[in-house]
Amino acid sequence: MVVFLTGAIALGVTFLFGCVGEILTEKAGHLNLGIPGIMSVGAMGGCLGVSLYMGALSDPNNASYILLLLIGILSSAFFAGIMGLIYAFLTISMRANQNVTGLILTIFGTGLTEFVMEAKVDRSLLAKASTYFTQSLPFAGKLGWFGEIFLSHGILVYIAIAIAIVAAWLLQKTRIGLSLRAVGENPATADAAGINVTAYKYAFTLIGAAVAGMGGLYYIMDYLKGSWEYGIDSLGWLAIALVIFTLWRPDLSILGSFVFGALYIASYSIMGISFAQMQLLKMLPYVVTVIVLIVTSIVGKKETQPPASLGLSYFREDR
Amino acid sequence: MENTENMENMENSENVERKENSVALELRGICKYFGNVKANEGVDLVVKKGEILSLLGENGSGKTTLMNIISGIYFPDEGQIFIDGKEVVIRSPMEAFQYRIGMIHQHFKLIDVFTAAQNIVLGIKDGSRFRMKDVNQKVRDIADKYGFIIDPKKKIYDMSVSEKQTVEIVKVLYRGADILILDEPTAVLTPQETQKLFAVLRRMRDDGKAIIIITHKLHEVLSVSDRVSVLRKGKYVGSIETKDANESILTEMMVGKKVELNIQRDDPVNPEDRLIVENLDCMNREGVKVLSGVSFTARSGEILGIAGIAGSGQRELLEAIAGLQKVNNGSIRYMDPESGEEVDLRSKTPVQIRDLGVRLSFVPEDRLGMGLVGSMDLVDNVMLRSYSKGKSPFLDRKNPGALANDIVTNLEVVTPGVHTPIRKLSGGNVQKVLVGREIASLPKVMMAAYPVRGLDINSSYLIYNLLNEQKRNGSAVIFVGEDLDVLIELCDRILVLGSGKVTGIVDGRTAKKEELGLLMTKTVGIYEENQKAQASEESNE
Repeated sequence: MVVFLTGAIALGVTFLFGCVGEILTEKAGHLNLGIPGIMSVGAMGGCLGVSLYMGALSDPNNASYILLLLIGILSSAFFAGIMGLIYAFLTISMRANQNVTGLILTIFGTGLTEFVMEAKVDRSLLAKASTYFTQSLPFAGKLGWFGEIFLSHGILVYIAIAIAIVAAWLLQKTRIGLSLRAVGENPATADAAGINVTAYKYAFTLIGAAVAGMGGLYYIMDYLKGSWEYGIDSLGWLAIALVIFTLWRPDLSILGSFVFGALYIASYSIMGISFAQMQLLKMLPYVVTVIVLIVTSIVGKKETQPPASLGLSYFREDR
Repeated sequence: MENTENMENMENSENVERKENSVALELRGICKYFGNVKANEGVDLVVKKGEILSLLGENGSGKTTLMNIISGIYFPDEGQIFIDGKEVVIRSPMEAFQYRIGMIHQHFKLIDVFTAAQNIVLGIKDGSRFRMKDVNQKVRDIADKYGFIIDPKKKIYDMSVSEKQTVEIVKVLYRGADILILDEPTAVLTPQETQKLFAVLRRMRDDGKAIIIITHKLHEVLSVSDRVSVLRKGKYVGSIETKDANESILTEMMVGKKVELNIQRDDPVNPEDRLIVENLDCMNREGVKVLSGVSFTARSGEILGIAGIAGSGQRELLEAIAGLQKVNNGSIRYMDPESGEEVDLRSKTPVQIRDLGVRLSFVPEDRLGMGLVGSMDLVDNVMLRSYSKGKSPFLDRKNPGALANDIVTNLEVVTPGVHTPIRKLSGGNVQKVLVGREIASLPKVMMAAYPVRGLDINSSYLIYNLLNEQKRNGSAVIFVGEDLDVLIELCDRILVLGSGKVTGIVDGRTAKKEELGLLMTKTVGIYEENQKAQASEESNE
């Protein structure tokens, strides 16, 4: 059970990054379906940064903990941010269709990731780099099941939770959050109120993409312990589903991501089921998302609905 | 009418005594084009401090566009703007705030899921720490100062139209605007609320603020403003001191020709019962009772007016007849003039009811919300009513096209052509298309809710004439109106709704405005009960 819960949290954090990033973007009124691609590129960017840094050292084993982590996170966020910038430019400045742009970015991002990972990254270094990312608190093992479940994780887990909490606070308690929600609900109103709609949309699309990209880095470096695996994009779709599941609330998404993690690994944890049944179980997160969607639609409370102008381009002089 | 003119004279004599005020805002040669539509063409305008300026013009004459230019929503293609004598460039609403220009839009710019206070504080960067508690208090202070009633914590989606407008006005006051622009603020208010608003406006004027108000109601123009500027077809016609103006002068300036301001009322010919409503009970979507025990009869060849404060159940009543609103109790019977049979409308679908000849032309607050599709052109919108008729798998565009042309010509719709998307037209023109289309189907029962809301005086009279024509053709016309003067002049009988109950049915020929006003505000309704229930719920929390 302890192993199961630990695993649920560990996998859930991948979703958490993607979900919080997507929430921030959607709160600005932009439905970024490029998240799966952005998470892939985030993983790629982090791996690239780390492998370049370690490759530059005479002895890769002497890498500094702080520097390696920083380079990994920053390069991950940077490359994901570039993807976000492409999306922002196309959908905000060019007013391209958001769904189409997002899907294109997903296809582009996964392809680019595969190319760079094959051609430019020294993957033999990743396992070593991973030991830095997975390093947990030294006393975590001594605290029994509590330490095992909550404290045995690498630093990115806590960064993810911190980001989610900060995002929740930002949205609910600050002037910036109020303005951001206004932009996503009704950009014309926000504009008339003197809010720089374009700046907000750009800023939070970029921040959202950067945060989501770190999810890819986490998945490779921490969850998979540095072994490379394609298919991060399938987790990206779950992150987008998680946004709906948690009703666009970053604070709820912490819990929701653990639930998704648990549902996803349930298929591996239950003994004696066939491969086909495993695949069925893997659909559970989508099933609960659909249920949540149905329930919130029936209840029809305005607060649990997506931002009103989600997916719509804004042009001030449009009539 | 004499009354208001007397009031007017008194106020103006006050004004003359006041010393000459300095110019707050001046526009020179403003031009703005939307594609082929010339919304503004060389417009000049002057507003002084401590002055209420009325901006008059027919629908589509470019008033709203001009105001949007001042408030930074649109950027002018040509022309100069001067504030306090200095030329300025207003690129965005934010810059407009910096020049202390505040606009209260015709279509409210509010965010539904926010509270009143959140909407009010939105976009303000005054450097102070952001605490909703302080904002709520400041909102209450402003409300107290000007005598508004507002709950800062109430969510916008729970508010009535007039409450929303209060939020809009407080929003502008909160920012300390010196130049206020109000785009048709009274269109959605009751006469009492309008008087309160005007009192506030006068107080602000005496405070030295410059106020521009757009309204189509000429008696309001005459009673509240100091000066009137007129636009016609995007061009500036001229200005006149209100004390030198009267309704016919203003109308002539607006339209460019003399207009007969009388509504003709023929006596009903062979009235027959057409629609019999008995003991109708309805609940709205939130489960609140909005109609209770409503009974009336609509007769052919007669206009039945429905008066009432906004939100007294008018909408639900018409929707119930059209089959769009669930009816909890009561009966709606329709006497089919062709077969002579009695039809129970409650058992029919909306389409069947429509095919029987019962037509609803509903003009909601948001004109595009019901009945028209914004991105489709006039022909396609007209076709929405007829596309299912033909037998061929292909659409017939010819007849709707002809009809669209008829509507444009007969109702004087200002549009570059019948193939312009509806959303590019100004609000009043959109409305003409909507009403014109419904009338074209030669209904047996014609229901029109607020068909002249936001229409200028010339267009309003066009609509009244159309309704009269329906009456002469033997239709039973049900007309939900706001302007009591018009109801009294136009309708044969007037039904008054008060909080979802029929508080009286009076003869239009003998009715008095005061009598209607009293009936409208008769307070024995379900509304108060609901309020009480809500209040007790809140105190429980």
